[in-house]
Parts: sequence; C-alpha cells; structure tokens
Amino acid sequence: MFELKKSFSVHKGFGLTLGITLFYLGLMLIIPLSTLFFKTFTLTWDSFWTTVTDERVMRAYQVSFGTAFLAAGVNLFFGTLIAWVLVRYQFFGKRILDALIDFPFALPTAVAGICLTTLFASSGWIGNLLDGFGIQVVFTQWGITIALIFITLPFSVRSIQPVLEDLNPEVEEAAISLGANRWQLFSRIIVPELLPAAFAGFTLSFARALGEYGSVVFISGNLPFKTEIAPLLIVTKLEQYDYAGATSIAVVLLIFSFITLIILNSLQSLNRTWKSRN
Amino acid sequence: MSHHPIHKLNRPGEGKLTKIVLISVALIFLSVFLVLPLITVFYQAFKFGIQPYLGYLSDPMTISAIQITLISATIAVVLNTIFGIAAAWLISKFEFPGKKIILTLIDLPLTISPVIIGIIFVFLVGVHGYWGEFFASRGIKIIFAVPGIVLATTFVTFSFVARELIPHMQGQGNEEEEAAILLGASGFKTFFLITLPKIKWSLLYGIILCNARACGEFGAVSVVSGHIRGLTNTLSLHIEILYNEYNIVAAFAVASILTVLALITLIVKKLMEYSESRDLEALEPAIAEVKS
Amino acid sequence: MSIQIENLTKKFGTFTAVDQLSLTVNDGELLALLGPSGCGKTTLLRMIAGLENPDQGTIKFQENENQVIENRIGFVFQHYALFRHMTVFENVAFGLKVKPRSIRPSKEEIKTKVFDLLKMVQLDWAVNRLPSELSGGQRQRVALARALAIEPKVLLLDEPFGALDAKVRKELRRWLRHLHDELKITSVFVTHDQEEALEVSDRIVIMNQGKILQQGTPEEVYAHPANPFVFNFLGNVNLFHGRIENGEANQVGFVRPHDISLELTPNGLDRFEAVVDRVFSIGNLTRVELKLTESGRFVDSEITKETFDKLQIKTGDKVFIKLNKIKVFQADQNQPEYSI
Repeated sequence: MFELKKSFSVHKGFGLTLGITLFYLGLMLIIPLSTLFFKTFTLTWDSFWTTVTDERVMRAYQVSFGTAFLAAGVNLFFGTLIAWVLVRYQFFGKRILDALIDFPFALPTAVAGICLTTLFASSGWIGNLLDGFGIQVVFTQWGITIALIFITLPFSVRSIQPVLEDLNPEVEEAAISLGANRWQLFSRIIVPELLPAAFAGFTLSFARALGEYGSVVFISGNLPFKTEIAPLLIVTKLEQYDYAGATSIAVVLLIFSFITLIILNSLQSLNRTWKSRN
Repeated sequence: MSHHPIHKLNRPGEGKLTKIVLISVALIFLSVFLVLPLITVFYQAFKFGIQPYLGYLSDPMTISAIQITLISATIAVVLNTIFGIAAAWLISKFEFPGKKIILTLIDLPLTISPVIIGIIFVFLVGVHGYWGEFFASRGIKIIFAVPGIVLATTFVTFSFVARELIPHMQGQGNEEEEAAILLGASGFKTFFLITLPKIKWSLLYGIILCNARACGEFGAVSVVSGHIRGLTNTLSLHIEILYNEYNIVAAFAVASILTVLALITLIVKKLMEYSESRDLEALEPAIAEVKS
Repeated sequence: MSIQIENLTKKFGTFTAVDQLSLTVNDGELLALLGPSGCGKTTLLRMIAGLENPDQGTIKFQENENQVIENRIGFVFQHYALFRHMTVFENVAFGLKVKPRSIRPSKEEIKTKVFDLLKMVQLDWAVNRLPSELSGGQRQRVALARALAIEPKVLLLDEPFGALDAKVRKELRRWLRHLHDELKITSVFVTHDQEEALEVSDRIVIMNQGKILQQGTPEEVYAHPANPFVFNFLGNVNLFHGRIENGEANQVGFVRPHDISLELTPNGLDRFEAVVDRVFSIGNLTRVELKLTESGRFVDSEITKETFDKLQIKTGDKVFIKLNKIKVFQADQNQPEYSI
C-alpha cells in the first residue's frame, strides 16, 4: 500500500536544475554585480557628486541620452512601418528582408561600427551623397544616432511584428461593416492594439542604446563635449586608473538601465493582464 | 445611404498608392541600414582581390585572434548552454516561489552596458580588485589575459540560450513529458528522448546566437583584455586595431569572418521558424476535425 | 486493482478544485467522472495518476484486498500527447523501451507486442506513420495502445473523445466499451458529455464544484437524480415553479420533455393549457415548444413523429399538456434557474 502525500511534481530534476541555475546565477551574476554595488559604497557622496556633475560627464550623459532617445524614436516610427509592411504586404524579396532584420543583433558591434563609418564617411557610398547636401554624419551626434538606429532596429520591429500578426482580421471586418473608414480603423482599432508593444520596443531600444559602445566609438570620433558617450567616458576614466570616477559614471548609467527594465517588465505584465481581460 | 462591401480594399493600408509608398520607404530604410552595410563588408574585404584577402586571414596575428576568440566563445557557449537548459527546465516544469526573480535575473545582462560588465571584472579580479591579490599571489593572471576575456564573454552572452529555450519550452507544454513519465521513463530519459528532440531547433539557434555574440563581443572584452597583440586580442579587438591603423581592407577581411557567422545565425533562425511552422501545420488536420 | 480515495482536497490558489472528496473505484469497473468544465474532475484524475499532488487526503491502490504489487497507470491525455517526433511504432514501444535493462523485453518481444496492440486498435497498417499523418480518431487509438503497452493496472482517460467529431466519437465509444469488456482493467474516464457517460460506463460519478453529487449505475442516476443539478445535467428538463400537488410553496417540479404528452382536449383536471409556439422534427422525434397560457412560461415537449402526425397541430394551436412523470425538489434560492 502506498500513499501520495508528499508535495511533489512528476517532473524530475528540480534539485539538479535549481542547483545549477542558482550556482551559476550566483557565481556569474550576483557576485560580479554586487562587486559594483560594494564599490559604490566606498565612494563618498561628495566625490560621487563632483564626478557625475562634472561638465564633461554631464555633457556625455546628454549625448548618450539624447542620441539613444532619438534613435529609439526613429525606430518607433520606422520599426512600426517595417513591421506593417512585412506583415501586411507581399513583395519580392520579403522573406530575405524579414530574415535580415535580425542582422544587427547577430553582427558584432565592432563590425557594425566600421561598416557604418565607412558607409557614411564623406568618401563612402552614402556619406558622399549626403556631402552634396552639406550634411556630415561621421564624427557628429548624427553618426552616433545612426549607429544606435542600426543596433536597435531588430528590437523595435520584433516587438511590433507579432502583435500585428495576431490582430484578428474579424475585428477589422466588424469595424468596416459598422461603417468605419480606413483612417478611423487604423487610428481607433489598430493603433491602440499596437501601442503597448510599440512602447515596449521603444523602451528596450532605449535601454540598449544607452549602453552601446562598440558600434558607436568608431563613428563618433569621441570628441569630448561633442561626441563622447557615457560608456566611453567610463573606459577613459578606467585607463587613467580613476576607478572611483568610472564607478560613479557606471552607477548612474546602471540605475537608468534598471529603471527602464522595470518599466519594460511592468509594461509587459500590463499588456498580459490587458490581453487576458479581453 | 452608401453601401460598404466588406472587401480587402477597405482595410487600412490596402490602397495602391499607400502600399507603394510604404513598401518603398521600408525598402529604402532597410537598404541604407541593413543591405548596404552588409555589402560594404564584402566589398571592402575583397577590394584588392582574393589573394590579399587570404593573406590578411592567414596573418599570424589574425590566426592568434581567431584562436583566442574560439577558446573564449567555446567556453562561454558550453557554460551558457548547460545553464540555459537547466534554467529552462526549471522554469518550464516547476512552480516555486522566486521564479519571477530568476527570470528577471536572466534578462539582466542584456540591459547592462558591456563596458560596465568589463569594469565589474576589473574590480573583481583585476590586480587592484577584491580577488586580485588572491589570484596574483598564485601567479594567475585574469585581467589583461585570456581568463578575463572568457569571464567577460560568458557574462555578456549569459542570457541567450536560456532566453531562447524558456518561451519555447513553456509554449510546448508538459503533456508529452508527463506521458513519458507515466510510461515509466526516468528524468534523463524523458529529457533526452522527449524534450531534446522537441527543442532541438531553438536550442541550436540559441547556441549559434550565443556563439555569434561571444565571438563578436567588443565592449566588455575591450576593457578586460589590455589589447596585447597576439596574446589577448580577439577578432573584434583585432578589427579595431587594424582599422585604427588605417589598414581598412585588412580590418574588413577579418570582419567578413564574423559577418559570415552572423549570416549563418540568421539562416539557422529561419530554419528554426520553418520547422516550427511545419510542426503547427502538422497539427492542423486534427484541429480541422474538431471544428467540423 | 481497486482505488480508495479518502478526503481528497486540492486547491489552486484560492480556488478549490477538489473538496474533501472520497470515492472508491472497484476492481475491473469502468467509471465515468461526469461534470461541467471546472468541476474538478480532471484534477481528480490527474491526482489519481500522480500528476498532481493533493493538499490533503489519500489515494490508495489495492489489489486482492491487501497487497499492492506494482502500481502501473496508463493515462490517455485529452489531446493525446503523442510524441510528435516518433512514429506510431516508436510511440507505442516507448514504455517498453524505457524499462530498466533487467526487466526490459527483448527487441523481438517488443516488436511482437507493439504489433499485437496496433492490431487490436486496428492501426497495424500505420506503424511507420508520424502522429501528424493520422486523423484525430487514429491518434486517440495510438494513445490508447501506448498506454496499454505497459500493461497498466489502472487506465485513466481524460476527455478521451472530447476533441473528436460526433460520428467518430460514437464509434470510439462503442469500441472502448468492447475493449474494456475484453481487458477488464480498472478504468476511470473523465467527460462532460452525459450521453457518453450514460452509454459507456458501469458507474457514473457526477461532480460539481469539487464535490460528488451522486454516484450509481447509469440507470440509477438517470431514473433517480438526487438533486436538481443532476437532473438538469443528465438531460433536457422543464421547470414548473410554485404550488405543486400538496400546495407547499417554493417547490420546483422537474419534468423531462419526453414525459410531457399533448392532448387536443383536456382529459382530466391536472392538464395545463398551452399554445404551440414552434415545432421541429429530427428523425422520428418531434420537439414542440409551448407557451403556457396561465404563466406565460415556455416548456418543451418531445413526442414521436407518429403521435405528432395524429395530433395534426401547428404553430398557434391551443393544446393541453399532461405531465406523465414529475420530480419535485425544494427550491433553492441560491441556485439560479437551470436552462439548457
């Protein structure tokens, strides 16, 4: 005679996988991250404040936040547009293009950096063209923005694409049968459905752009007060053995990364509850 | 009263002009941002012909960069794959308190700037770091050496396999595993005979993506490596050095290796999606039967 | 093997799926767990299988009064849970192949056994097919063969015919009944379809909100429903409210449509006047929807085509209804009116 009493799951391996997961998370993630945390506590408030409010640092934050925001904004628009085109239309080469969307995600950032710099330099294919209009991209904030647009494009397109694919055509047909015109249909039916995903894509793009380093350093020229981004300044401080300075700048950046992560998570759970309610 | 037939043309974006304009805008944008950069890599790499290209690739410095990259990528991929499978199994098969926290932690490395990841390891195991003394006194050099590169690479690519597997394993449900267990299969047999065949494509994509990112990691590796040619130079760092020396064609020749790797990654992803949609289609006869 | 379930409780968060439930499944019987969706029947089945653990209570498996040899459970999932990357043969052979080496049958034995099973489920022609190449009914039979391969002492089936169309379902029902008569394995199956439960099982357990409302043979529960819920769940029903027979208030009379007969003239005192609202025939049965003149409520009557033809009634005609069999329950204020 046997009895089923003890709390269990039929699946095996809870202890093993929990052990591996916690051990690895602890060793590879918690210990390194707490290092930075402890390092922060060795700073005095004064030195921290002096570092992060230093004019050059402030300027670097401005450049980083400004270009990241702009790049995420551009991708909010074009990412939606591209997702729309990929989901709704049939045209030659669509499948290849669709596969290529993930290219920036798979391509090493340094390669992206030298590619875009070569392409947009005044001797490059596009740079040459823009030169005719007197627009310079390389070594300006436009260059940084372009690198960030490239890097974050997959995030915005891939956030919106599945939502567009899942839109129930019957809802649109119902709206049409009720007499809605195309524009009303788009603005009242489709846009509200896309909004959470689009915003999540924006937030994710912004967070990624804020910390991006590899692709930016090549195209930006790294001119202090002009095209110097915050991650670069961390490296510079480190090379000068100014560990306190590097930590201070990093902490501010990290806090903003975490805030965006929290926003993103709550957006996603909001989206889920909203969906399940319908 | 006007009559509106429910027709495809009434749906937004189905007007001929709108369609042409939107497709054109998308094509131009994607050409500038995706197609042209891709062409640039190979155009620049082969600018002087095939012989110089092969010459750049067989350069001893390039060879050593390839070796170091392969070592660090292999270690990172193996560790992160073991972790990814364990974490995905844990998340998809069990309910326990703290599950959400683990999920958030897995996502964390993706939102941290690679540069910050680099300095964290400098603080942790660098000469002046918390554990620096410990390793230095034993003659182990981590920062400005290969172990540091391995650590940084592993951290940066931490999430890729797990993030690929978790949604797939959750989405596929546990019924087949439950059936296997009720038929008497052990935990390991259930995993190898039932789960692994189900997730093989997403696992492969996770590994390939993790590998591509590991081979191409730049920011974090740049901070911990010290850029010592022939000793701590990965492919990405080698590209940077060549580029900064105005040896542009050589830089692109080396970059072309990593670009090919990226393209393989995209192909594997397509194959994964294809095999998934085939699985879905295979289930359709049954669904149709239910509906009829 | 018999199964004794005592005081079983299972909660998911604040929702009580199974509530202090006790039940005995006798050796060799085919038991149906019947109830609406969310009544806890599937959770109960999964707990018997060991796929879910109870918060309280015990499940005991017993063979020959006292000793249990080995607890082998065959489980057929609602959506079959066939291994999609394995052929039909590999699916059925799985349970034999994963046995520990010491008790694993030889390759030849496995082959013979799988072929026998597939012959039994009439799928020996499909050995090398993948599940995706089979229809729903065929998949269901593969799932059953797979569960039977390990020679289970208990066979559990979760909504075994739920995902099939009406015709295949009927066929498989009859087939399952025959199979059970042949193999005599203690079997429990979950269903929300009363017809299925009445037709296939030896005994029916009707559940709602995690509790057992009634159990008995199909004839017993159909003829003597213990409460309004069971009455309602086992078939269509008409409700008559208020003062009935002994004049006590707050009573509800339950009458099945086939227990209402129609007359053109009142042949007694207990007749109700009604107007024909709608008539439709399916095969030999004719359903007449009527509006009671006194209360304005609607009732349904089911009569044979023959009787209907004799009556020659049409929409708008005045008729008199006679209740041949009525079951009276105390009206429960908390329970909403049933309508099917």
